Amino acid sequence: MMNSNAASSSTANPDAAGSPDPPAPRRSSKRPKYSKFTQQELPACKPILTPKWVILTFLVVGIAFVPIGITSLLASRDVVEIVDRYETDCIPVANRTDKVAFIQSNASKTCTRQITVTKHMKRPVYVYYQLDNFYQNHRRYVKSRNDEQLKKRSKTSETSQCEPEDTTPDGKPIVPCGLIAWSLFNDTYTFSRNKRQLTVNKNGIAWKSDRDHKFGKEVFPSNFQNGTLIGGAHLDESIPLSKQEDLIVWMRTAALPTFRKLYGKIEVDLEENDIIDVILENNYNTYSFSGKKKLVLSTTSWLGGKNDFLGIAYLTVGGLCFFLALSFTIVYLVKPRRLGDPSYLSWNRNPGGH
Amino acid sequence: MAGNRRKKHHFSRIHAFSCGKTSFKGDHSLIGGPGFSRVVHCNDPESFEASVLNYSGNYVRTTKYTLATFFPKALFEQFRRVANVYFLICAILSFTPLSPYSAVSNVLPLVVVIGATMGKEVLEDWRRKKQDIEVNNRKVKVHCGEGAFDYTKWRDLKVGDVVKVEKDEFFPADLILLSSSYEEAICYVETTNLDGETNLKLKQALDATSNMHEDSNFQNFKAIIRCEDPNANLYTFVGSLELEEQQYPLTPQQLLLRDSKLRNTDCIYGAVIFTGRDTKVFQNSTGPPSKRSKVERRMDKIIYFLFGILVLMSFIGSIFFGIATREDLQDGKMKRWYLRPDDTTAYYDPKRAAVAAVLHFLTALMLYGYLIPISLYVSIEIVKILQSIFINQDLHMYYEETDKPARARTSNLNEELGQVDTILSDKTGTLTCNSMEFIKCSIAGTSYGRGVTEVERAMARRKGSPLEEEVTEEQEDKASIKGFNFEDERIMNGSWVNEPHADVIQKFLRLLAICHTALPEVDEENGKISYEAESPDEAAFVIAARELGFEFYERTQTSISVHELDPVTGTKVERSYSLLNVLEFSSSRKRMSVIVRSEEGTLLLLSKGADSVMFERLAENGREFEEQTKEHINEYADAGLRTLILAYRELDEKEYKQFNEEFTEAKNSVSADREELAEEIAEKIEKNLILLGATAVEDKLQNGVPECIDKLAQAGIKLWVLTGDKMETAINIGFACSLLRQGMRQVIISSETPESKTLEKSEDKSAAAAALKASVLHQLIRGKELLDSSNESLGPLALIIDGKSLTYALEDDVKDLFLELAIGCASVICCRSSPKQKALVTRLVKTKTSSTTLAIGDGANDVGMLQEADIGVGISGVEGMQAVMSSDIAIAQFRFLERLLLVHGHWCYRRISSMICYFFYKNIAFGFTLFFFEAYASFSGQPVYNDWFLSLYNVFFTSLPVIALGVFDQDVSARFCLKFAFPFVTVPSVIPRRCTEYPV
Repeated sequence: MMNSNAASSSTANPDAAGSPDPPAPRRSSKRPKYSKFTQQELPACKPILTPKWVILTFLVVGIAFVPIGITSLLASRDVVEIVDRYETDCIPVANRTDKVAFIQSNASKTCTRQITVTKHMKRPVYVYYQLDNFYQNHRRYVKSRNDEQLKKRSKTSETSQCEPEDTTPDGKPIVPCGLIAWSLFNDTYTFSRNKRQLTVNKNGIAWKSDRDHKFGKEVFPSNFQNGTLIGGAHLDESIPLSKQEDLIVWMRTAALPTFRKLYGKIEVDLEENDIIDVILENNYNTYSFSGKKKLVLSTTSWLGGKNDFLGIAYLTVGGLCFFLALSFTIVYLVKPRRLGDPSYLSWNRNPGGH
Repeated sequence: MAGNRRKKHHFSRIHAFSCGKTSFKGDHSLIGGPGFSRVVHCNDPESFEASVLNYSGNYVRTTKYTLATFFPKALFEQFRRVANVYFLICAILSFTPLSPYSAVSNVLPLVVVIGATMGKEVLEDWRRKKQDIEVNNRKVKVHCGEGAFDYTKWRDLKVGDVVKVEKDEFFPADLILLSSSYEEAICYVETTNLDGETNLKLKQALDATSNMHEDSNFQNFKAIIRCEDPNANLYTFVGSLELEEQQYPLTPQQLLLRDSKLRNTDCIYGAVIFTGRDTKVFQNSTGPPSKRSKVERRMDKIIYFLFGILVLMSFIGSIFFGIATREDLQDGKMKRWYLRPDDTTAYYDPKRAAVAAVLHFLTALMLYGYLIPISLYVSIEIVKILQSIFINQDLHMYYEETDKPARARTSNLNEELGQVDTILSDKTGTLTCNSMEFIKCSIAGTSYGRGVTEVERAMARRKGSPLEEEVTEEQEDKASIKGFNFEDERIMNGSWVNEPHADVIQKFLRLLAICHTALPEVDEENGKISYEAESPDEAAFVIAARELGFEFYERTQTSISVHELDPVTGTKVERSYSLLNVLEFSSSRKRMSVIVRSEEGTLLLLSKGADSVMFERLAENGREFEEQTKEHINEYADAGLRTLILAYRELDEKEYKQFNEEFTEAKNSVSADREELAEEIAEKIEKNLILLGATAVEDKLQNGVPECIDKLAQAGIKLWVLTGDKMETAINIGFACSLLRQGMRQVIISSETPESKTLEKSEDKSAAAAALKASVLHQLIRGKELLDSSNESLGPLALIIDGKSLTYALEDDVKDLFLELAIGCASVICCRSSPKQKALVTRLVKTKTSSTTLAIGDGANDVGMLQEADIGVGISGVEGMQAVMSSDIAIAQFRFLERLLLVHGHWCYRRISSMICYFFYKNIAFGFTLFFFEAYASFSGQPVYNDWFLSLYNVFFTSLPVIALGVFDQDVSARFCLKFAFPFVTVPSVIPRRCTEYPV
């Protein structure tokens, strides 16, 4: 009883098991090794949120954010942007009761618009078309393409995922196949100022990586828009897909139902009060789903296009921080309390409740 | 343990009336019938008859899987989780056009997660495998023919083999004892591994086989054993041995169980009857019930809630999608012509928009699946394993003396440690060291012993006296002898001869050295003697006698030999006393006596027992020191000591002769009340005693127990003590460990009152039970009234209830009242409680109060409690491994509980909670962006993110920060956790209540 049971043996204990003589001198200590890590004693710092620290932090954030917000807002305000909505105006008044019928008819859809430049626009002036209520992000639509086919000539007949725009009725593969390509935007714009043509540069409007890697240099359109139902623009069968930049731009589908896509660049400055005449072919059917169409001319700043959101966001957060810093200061001055007062703890506040 | 002689008598007596020809009645008649069909051909395992039976080998496997079953079994385990099934369905669906994602990106996370969990399983199983290999390859001597024994691996043992097991070896299988190195074919067995009991058990072979002491005897030995089929009952065994066409009944007395150990016996021979999984110990081993933590259960609820949100979102999406799809084609006019609604598949067909919507619903379920964190389970498992490593590595929970660090055996309860409300604790071995120390004695009305007990120390601390310093000094030099903490120069080192009552002291010490049932063990190297005793108390007495000059060194069949200090010559002399009778201790007698004949020929009755029974047995002329002794006993009891009264008497030959005849007759009688008869006769002779004095032993509290209990109480954790001890002892210990304090009002519910005793003796048992129950109920109601009426000024209540009352208090109609009372009390002590009652109380607290319970214990009797509680903590102490094996966390000392709960529990709970919150946050934030985008994509099911980004989001991009938070985050350092246990009431009781603040 008293002698040796401390080293009591057991089959369960791998170290003790099997040694018939418990007091045998085996001294492989199981003592854990000391290290700050295993003992969970690594140095750590935990900031205590004293009023001074809190107020100071809010103040610093406010001081940093407000100027950033102002700068962003100024940059955005510098951008000159002219938006011209034309989808209704370009339908003759007589046809406006049934716009879909008009757009599907063979009538001439040429339309002239006049745009007044409100402010000096430094070149390059970007030309966008903006569509609205157009779900380029619809799952059926997004999937309806075949990247292999677009990239490699050998994969011309690869049209999976493209249904129903995969093959012609007699089985020939459509290149480029799929709903996205099929519904390619086909309104065109020509600009002139004082009766003089303004050239629109359509080179380099697509992403370089798309041109170089996603659309093949040797892949040419074929059997495109040959069916009974014509979706959008036709493609020149002699130009490889990598050069069809309108297509490339279109096929980088937009994430939201309202989107702008780059049409081209005007490489000259536009002066204030210049009148720009736009002759546009209003071919594209947005009428059946009541989508708007807009023509946009815009310059850019270091921050990109015209967008006040970033500036406003910075200003709001910065302002809020200032406000909080101020109100905490007031609270601190008016009604100070001891730091770490345990009587404020929930279980001390109502002693009966615990 | 007892002397061989006595046992021999004892056994032959039992044989006299239980082993005759008539004994094939009762259970033994079942042999051969259903459930008792096993036939073992001893020493002939290769024979044709034996091979027909085809019993399994002795190979044991504790692993969960084998190579073949691993994949099916492990996969099944994995897909029992609802979330995994969901992801599996998603993965299968991802091969259809329904899927918004590509198949690979859907399958990959599932594979990673399942792979990681299965990897963990493999690792754990491999460890078990290594242990199995070690056990299976142990060697034992087996009879291999021609009377020769040779070493064989355990796993190659077959049913029917005859094995030779040597001293301190484990039995490799369940054996029938055939013979041993002792003449009487007895052997001593230690069953610590089975039931946690440390005392040695005596086994004896059948007379028919007992004479085979040599290897060569087994050359032609043949026998057939018929016995019961394998079962889990450790304490019963029915079988018969057929030897030379004679039938002999076999009882548990011949059964040696696997995993018990041969002690004090050079070697034994045994026949293997149960092997491998058939052995009783394996039949008994059930895996610990898998416990799930509350946080995990709540997490499941959150996941179901998220499923609800997921379905709702998908439903909303499908409705919008259905409407938009239907409108795409009306009266032959296409609205969104670029989607070609005129020529489409079922998924987008405007003509069957309802079908499309239903299909879309499935798509959406997959799309928004990121709301359900796929890697949550595996991350939590990883975190918990790392947390357990930190617990195992904690130096503050490492116990130098036994070289035992803390061991978290199941890692999934870590955070539960931080929510413990009630601790149910065993006493002996858990709060105390389970080593008794002889600390004081009162001889001839003089109190000896200057030791200071824990209780006295605790009291001194409360008063703030500088007792502390002496104590530490004393502790240093006393550590040398275990079980002896006696310090008094008046009687140490033989100086007692100069005391006024030297003759009484001599008798007192002699009594200590003789009146016991311990066995001496002489260390051959240094001649030192240690003792094997039935209880630690007894060991303490023998050791005390040894240290005071009366060294008990030999027990033969008929005598007890003692080295004595002769007061006249001052030298050591050997004296031998012939042992005539042992009147054994029983809980009803509360005393034990021996009758010996000294060398001079005088007959002595030496007796020791509880004060309640001893004082009334004193002779008129033996009460010389009664008053002083009573005083001392009260003092000792106040100091938290266990006391015994020592008394003796000289017998004359005639009286003894008459007694012996009657006693032998009573012992040999066949009637059922044999024990009672013997007791009555013993009672006749145990009277007219002469008082010698009293002893006081301390069941020493473990280090730091009172402080730990104080801290836990500050932290709002309740401690209930469930012990098998007597009520008085339990109360004393309660005081010692500051569980009970002066000024507490004790509500004592006891069925050990005189009235209840008379009730018990009455004929009508059911009426007695009803009356007892009524009395318990009455006491409970009185206690409840006291509780309800109590105001703070009267001090808190402490409930003390004994085992018998507890039986009634736990009955269905009373238990609510009992629980109400118990919860209202500051401390609860249940004494004399059985293991089953411990488990029942635990269950009662767990289910009725829905609080987290932690059970802590060290012995086999605590196993039920440990498994029943939310968390079972085993003390890896001296009482074997049973408790540890069924515990969730093993620690070496009770005081480590403080750190385990207040530091690790606090951290783990906070870490897991914030980690789960973090997990849900990141997944909800992510999942909802997908949904919001859908609103802009006409709910078509187009994901806003790239496939690969999506699939790696959960398993890769966002997993490490969360895991780091779950493993390392500390809101406060360990030092502050312990220092401010009060403000950290947060840990156990406030956080669960502030769950609105912690969403988990």
